[in-house]
This record gives sequence, structure tokens and C-alpha cells, in this order.
Amino acid sequence: MEQTLINTSKIKFDHLQAAHCENGVVTSLLRYHGIEAMNEPLAFGIGSGLFYIHMPFLKVNDGPAISFRIMPGFVFRDTCKALGVGIERKKFKNKKDAENFLNKKIEQGTPVGCQVGVFHLKYFPREYRFHFNAHNIIVYGFEDGRYLISDPVMETFTSLSPEELEDVRFARGPLAPNGHIYYPVNVPAIDEDTLAKAVRKGIRKTAWWMSKVPIERIGASGFNYTAKKIRVWRDKLGERKAGLYLGQIVRMQEEIGTGGGGFRFLFAAFLEQSAEILGNDKLLKYSDEMTKSGDLLRDNAVRMAAIYKGRKTDQQHFNEVADAMADISRHEAEIFRQLHKMKV
Amino acid sequence: MKKENLPQDESALKNVTREVCYVKNNDGKYEKGLSSGWQVKADALSEAWEEIYRKAEEAAEEVTKNTKSPIYFFMIVNLMDIPTLSGYTGFWMITIKRHFKPGVFKKLSDRKLEKYASAFKISIEELKQFNGADFNQYIKN
Repeated sequence: MEQTLINTSKIKFDHLQAAHCENGVVTSLLRYHGIEAMNEPLAFGIGSGLFYIHMPFLKVNDGPAISFRIMPGFVFRDTCKALGVGIERKKFKNKKDAENFLNKKIEQGTPVGCQVGVFHLKYFPREYRFHFNAHNIIVYGFEDGRYLISDPVMETFTSLSPEELEDVRFARGPLAPNGHIYYPVNVPAIDEDTLAKAVRKGIRKTAWWMSKVPIERIGASGFNYTAKKIRVWRDKLGERKAGLYLGQIVRMQEEIGTGGGGFRFLFAAFLEQSAEILGNDKLLKYSDEMTKSGDLLRDNAVRMAAIYKGRKTDQQHFNEVADAMADISRHEAEIFRQLHKMKV
Repeated sequence: MKKENLPQDESALKNVTREVCYVKNNDGKYEKGLSSGWQVKADALSEAWEEIYRKAEEAAEEVTKNTKSPIYFFMIVNLMDIPTLSGYTGFWMITIKRHFKPGVFKKLSDRKLEKYASAFKISIEELKQFNGADFNQYIKN
């Protein structure tokens, strides 16, 4: 690869570690552009990141495709939109164009978000490198032949060689990033009113997604849909495979990036902040209810672990997991129905 | 989750990073906590890897028995499925399935093999010569 880039003058960029990569990128970039009120729970809540879907047809690593959060890219889009921040995003067919564009941005001193695949992401532990193409990192400079990277799930800054960065920006397969690059533009000063309005919007939209979509797989009812599936997995797939399916749910729910409890603690933290921003103490009650939801999910992860570790593998144990899921479904349906009605 | 309940178990993140979880502190307020891992999900991850080993072993056997081509084996050890391999090579999924047949594989041109080799980050020779022996070296490197 041709070396066209000289060391960028040091951009003063603060690394911010976050639970989830996209939240982290959004938070960091907005803070960099002067919105100091921004933090991860706020970005996640305003961008209505909380979600639940049991996807049809699609299989991930040969297991059920379940997501506890909204589609990749939506948090960035919706958070910026709600705050009146402009965004620019670009995808590329040609690798060289993608590199040139990135170089141009960082030479101008603009840190940018990049969507990358993790399979070839060198600084990740090998065990975590699957073909997951919706990871997000910030590239903020270039020094001594390497791009300077702020990856929100890492504790500190890291770096990648031009070849390594190209590899991950042009990972292939489902959700292929195609060099996707994005950054906020025209960031206005955010006053209290704008922030309050954005917070309201986030709560309402999340409540709508979780309680009003008339498709069982989507929202709070989705937990019940998954529960029904879990009841038949053991008969249909056999103990071992059914156990692996549960393991997959636990990973979607608890793995790095979720903040624990399938993003529920993150949303509870958002509601806690919302109560203060909107001066509405009722929201604290809902924050507690969301914490409970996250705790219930974690309890259920322990139950599922007993199954995939082969300690408890009877149908009765699958039923217990399913019962807990059904409870969570009812619990969240009620929370979000009330939140939606509340018209915060 | 309360801060004092945040698990600090050993996991694959060791020496690389710790992960952020949102936890309640003693004042009942949320804050960021760092966790080195949680046994429950470390187990889920290692079960997933067990399954990958098992599939890789099966795939290597199939290559030895000449019922599947090396392309199939390398797809498995690279944790790919057919859509992902299709993305990396540009071949249609149905074409890839044909290339899993040892007879079809043997007649593939080097130009086509090169696409697979570069998707798997190995040489054409390695791809051609793989016969199912020593398959462990290709897993988790």
C-alpha cells in the first residue's frame, strides 16, 4: 500500500470506554464537538437503542438470531437527529477511495467513526473474533505508519497498520461495512430545552417499539415468542444443540457491549438521568423496573448456563428458562405500556 | 445489578481489556463498572468454541474420506458460513456448494482457487494439498 500519509498533528482526543461500541463512538464524537452533557446512557436512550427482536429466517452462527438492541447505525442516526446535529456518512466500492477519504478527514483534524468487522481485528482476543461486521471504532490520527484508534470497548487507545485497517473496513459477508465512515457535522450548542426534547423523544420511541408494534417477535412480546421456542427446542433439536442455542442467547444478552442484562441496565441508567433532566421523579420508578428486568435476565442466564454446561438438561429446566422469559415479557410489556401512556 | 455483585471472573478478555457494565453504587445511582468477565458467559463462549472444534474435526474427516473438498474445511475453521464466503470470494452461494464436491474442486483453475486462498489467508498450495491431516494447526491461531 502506498504511503501517502504523514503524521497528523496531534488531535487532542479523549478516549472514552463504553459498554457498547456504537454508543461509545457517538458519545465520544459528540463530546469532541463540544456537547459535554453527552454520556453513554444518554446517547443510547436518545437514540432509542433498547429493543428486542427474535428474527425470522436468519441464523447467526447456526443459532437463533436475537437482538436486545436496535439495528446498527440507528443510535448514531437518531441521537444526532434528535439533537439537531448533522451527519455525513459514506460507503465505498473501492478500497483506495476509502483510504484516501479517511486520510483527508484525519488530515483535516476530524475524528471519524468507522464500521468494521471483528474477524480480522488484530487487538481483539481470538476467542471473540467472529464474523461480526457491525463493530464501530474511531480513527483520529496517524503516527509512525499506524492509524490511531479509539475503540470504545477497549480500556485505552490502540492502533492499526494501514493494511489491518483496510482488512477490517472491507470485511465481507452479512452487514459488510464497505468502508463505511461517518461523523457529525454542524454541531450546534445544545441547551437544556433541546436536550429535554431529545430525551422525551427517545423515551417515547423506545416505548413505542417495545409495546406498540403488532408483531409478536418485536418488542416486549418478543421475549414470550422466544419462550415458546425454548419450550420445544429440546424435543426438536436434542439436548446438545438446544443447549448451544441457549448459549447463543446468553452471549447476545451478556457479552461485551451490552452493559449487562441485555442493555437493560444501560436503559435504566438513561431513565435515571431522564428523571433529573425532565424533573420527573416518576421516571425513577421505571428506572428501577428496568433494573429489575436486567436482573431477571441475568438470573435467567445462570439458569441457561446450567443447561449448556450439562448440569441440568431435563425438559423441566428448559421450561423454567421459558417461564422466566415469559415473566420478563409481561414485566416489560407493562413498563413500556405505561411509559408510552405517560406522555413524558 | 449492584456494584458489589459485578462479577470479576477470569475470561478471554484477560490481559486485553475489561468490559464496562452499568451498576448501581451505594447511593443507588448508576455508574460505570469494569468487569474482567463472568463465568456464565465465559462458559457460553467456550461451548461455542467446543462446537467449532467438533465441526472442524468432522469437516477434516470428510476431506480425508474425499466426500468434501478442502474449501469446506477452511470455511468451517474460518468460522464462515456460505453467505460470508460468498461475500469474500464473489462466487454465488450455489457455485460455492458445487466447489465443496471433491471432483469439482480438483478441476478448479488457479484463478478461482486464488479467490478462496486469499479469503482464507493461505496459499493456493496449502488449499490444494490439505487432506484432513494435521487440521488442528488451522484452528484458532
